Amino acid sequence: MLARLFLTLALTVLPLAATAQVDRPLVVGMALEPPHLDPTAGAAAAIDEVLYANVFEGLTRIAEDGRVRPQLSTRWSVSGDGLAWTFTLRQDVTFHDGAAFDASVAKFALDRFRAEGAENAQPQLFAAIESVEATDAETLTINLSRPDADLPYSLAWGDAVMVHPDSADGNKQTPIGTGPFEFDTWRRGDRVILTRYADYWGEPAGVERVEFAFISDPGTALASLLAGDVNAFPNFPAPEQIPVLEANPDFHLEIGTTEGEVILAINASRPPFDQLAVRQAISAAIDRDVLIAGAMYGAGMAIGSHMPPHDPAYVDLTSVNAYDPKRAKALLAEAGQENLSVTLTLPPPAYARRSGELIAAQLRQVGIDATLKPVEWAEWLSSAFKGKDYDLTIVAHTEPNDIGIYARDDYYFHVDNPRLDEVVAELETQADPDARKGLLEEAQRLIADDAVNAFLFVLPKVGVWDARLTGFWPNSPIQANDVTAVRWES
Amino acid sequence: MRAIVRLVQLVATLLVASAIVFAAMSVLPGDAALLRLGMNAEPEAVAALRAEMGLDRPLPARFAAWLGGVVSGDLGTSGTYDVPVTALIAERAAVSAPLAALALLLSVMLALPAGLLAAIRRDRISDRLVQAAAQVGLSVPAIWLGLLFIYVFAAHLRWTASGGFPGWGAGFGAGLAALVLPTLALGIPQAAILTRIVRTAVTEAMDEDYVALARAKGRRLAGAVIVHALPNAWAPIITIIGMQFGFLVAGAIVVETVFNLPGLGRLLFQAVAQRDVVLVQGVTLVVVATVVVVNALCDVLATWTNPRQRAAP
Repeated sequence: MLARLFLTLALTVLPLAATAQVDRPLVVGMALEPPHLDPTAGAAAAIDEVLYANVFEGLTRIAEDGRVRPQLSTRWSVSGDGLAWTFTLRQDVTFHDGAAFDASVAKFALDRFRAEGAENAQPQLFAAIESVEATDAETLTINLSRPDADLPYSLAWGDAVMVHPDSADGNKQTPIGTGPFEFDTWRRGDRVILTRYADYWGEPAGVERVEFAFISDPGTALASLLAGDVNAFPNFPAPEQIPVLEANPDFHLEIGTTEGEVILAINASRPPFDQLAVRQAISAAIDRDVLIAGAMYGAGMAIGSHMPPHDPAYVDLTSVNAYDPKRAKALLAEAGQENLSVTLTLPPPAYARRSGELIAAQLRQVGIDATLKPVEWAEWLSSAFKGKDYDLTIVAHTEPNDIGIYARDDYYFHVDNPRLDEVVAELETQADPDARKGLLEEAQRLIADDAVNAFLFVLPKVGVWDARLTGFWPNSPIQANDVTAVRWES
Repeated sequence: MRAIVRLVQLVATLLVASAIVFAAMSVLPGDAALLRLGMNAEPEAVAALRAEMGLDRPLPARFAAWLGGVVSGDLGTSGTYDVPVTALIAERAAVSAPLAALALLLSVMLALPAGLLAAIRRDRISDRLVQAAAQVGLSVPAIWLGLLFIYVFAAHLRWTASGGFPGWGAGFGAGLAALVLPTLALGIPQAAILTRIVRTAVTEAMDEDYVALARAKGRRLAGAVIVHALPNAWAPIITIIGMQFGFLVAGAIVVETVFNLPGLGRLLFQAVAQRDVVLVQGVTLVVVATVVVVNALCDVLATWTNPRQRAAP
């Protein structure tokens, strides 16, 4: 393509302006625009990618290393029976409109998210909460109907950030939180602009102004970096340009991991996928290294179960049902499915469409005839996910710590394993770190042994930014672009 | 009388177009409420949101309710953005309308002299050059032209931004500057088409007897063409410009995406992906209405510029 030729030309002859302006605004590129700006009322990841930690803060937060840290609460404790959690709240916190934050505000926010008919996209986070009490201004007690060891983690999600009764209804258009940045302007279709909040309770933001620019076309995304219009793409949408960016000293390229497990989901409610041998065969037919090289241009790490490699409880299970076409054929023969025809449903993201084509070719090698069926997101959600109308499909599960979905009744790839249900139930209540690690490891093994899905790779976080910037997160333990610590170095 | 017939036709066209779009959107698989709430949504929450968005009502009832709103000037509220559709359209039209107008202007300004030149110097070198240039212009897709301009003028030369729109609030000059490259990308392929039309129309007019007569009376060729042939060539040219306007609107979706412009085209694209029926309806209605009105205006203008038709009672 001639455009690429011009690009190469541009890269070789184009030195970036070397003047360092430490007060420069920061322009962060994102592929998708959020539909609105309230993280507590929508599932779109783009909402959190603009607002999480920057504008809105929770009682707790997820830090760069993926661990739970204090934020608007300074400490917390749990009663002996695990049913009452007490949070001590910061007292010097104000919302961007000047309203004060205290326990009654926190109670309002939590009650709002778990109310019947609430628009909150992660109702399971609050499922165990029975009641919330503001004991005094700085003490909040959360009473549970069953022990929930994950509560501090759940409260760190974007869906659980603190909102004020006076401003909550307007947050979709004018978000008002307690974070280091306050909302300035949303030029719909173009960008959201945030500015530093002068009365922030904690460490002030590293830049005076940050603009999140929405650029959907991958070619334009690259050009916007080269032209200097955008300073950073924490999630660069075109992995095929990795070599180009790597070769340019004006940019820093960082390929990190995310919580997004890309899986080839198998519909076990539909024969012959209810047979273990068939599922194992599908898994053994897939060469993950080829997928990572071919579909992701080398970015991404192979997985053998439903957990990202950066997780402390991760077990490397890539050898279970590893690539072995001979074994795949033998398994299919054993199941009496030598001439299997399947449909492979593909949602729009590039990782799915590109992996799908490679997987179809690999399945053909072992005698499975796969028909590709590309669909839009809305259709994928309605028919494949909710309606379970699919044979095989490729999708990334991006929620952190989501192994519990394998114990959900009637989930879209359901395989029943009573032991797994026990493990997941125990995880919900077990607070001891060592015991939890053991349970998580067992859960991964059970899922891999059952070949519930064919596990492909972890979605990479291709981060690229101006080499003079510091403070971006290399990995993505939560779907957010926390830019509170990003600054220009002279 | 003719005006009334025209008006009835216009309303009927809009009504039929709206019904088709409404039906098409409802046939598309995918649930807007589920899309908004995501994979972890509880069925009750989805049902509640569906009711709130009116998705649980039968299609004819929804269409009738929407139509009732339109009559009173209310295009409804966008399901995804949660703001009035009219406000969203007004915001986006402030980008798309100037872009379309500029591209049309550019196309006419390039095509008219080029087409005239080609016609006057028929089969000569300059004619061949114009024809070849038009052929190239026709073969180059707007998306490719757009990317090329971005890499050359923004990434390499750094004369302009790579895309985006600062808003008219940032000043007229800044807004206009953001539209320069998109106008070129959108206007050049249109100019190529129009050049061919102008050449053909003027060439045909030149073969008419009155041009020969003018020439016989001693007029120079260029003078004869501009005074006698061009006025008679206007009608087909204007008709084609009117038709081109529709292509312009469609091409704008691609150009707006490449240049990251917050225009109507991208709004429509996003609305379809989000299954935001009310928004899709609103944008389609406005776009269809604009195209229909512009075509009607061009028809009137073409009639008016035709000396023979104008003379008729």
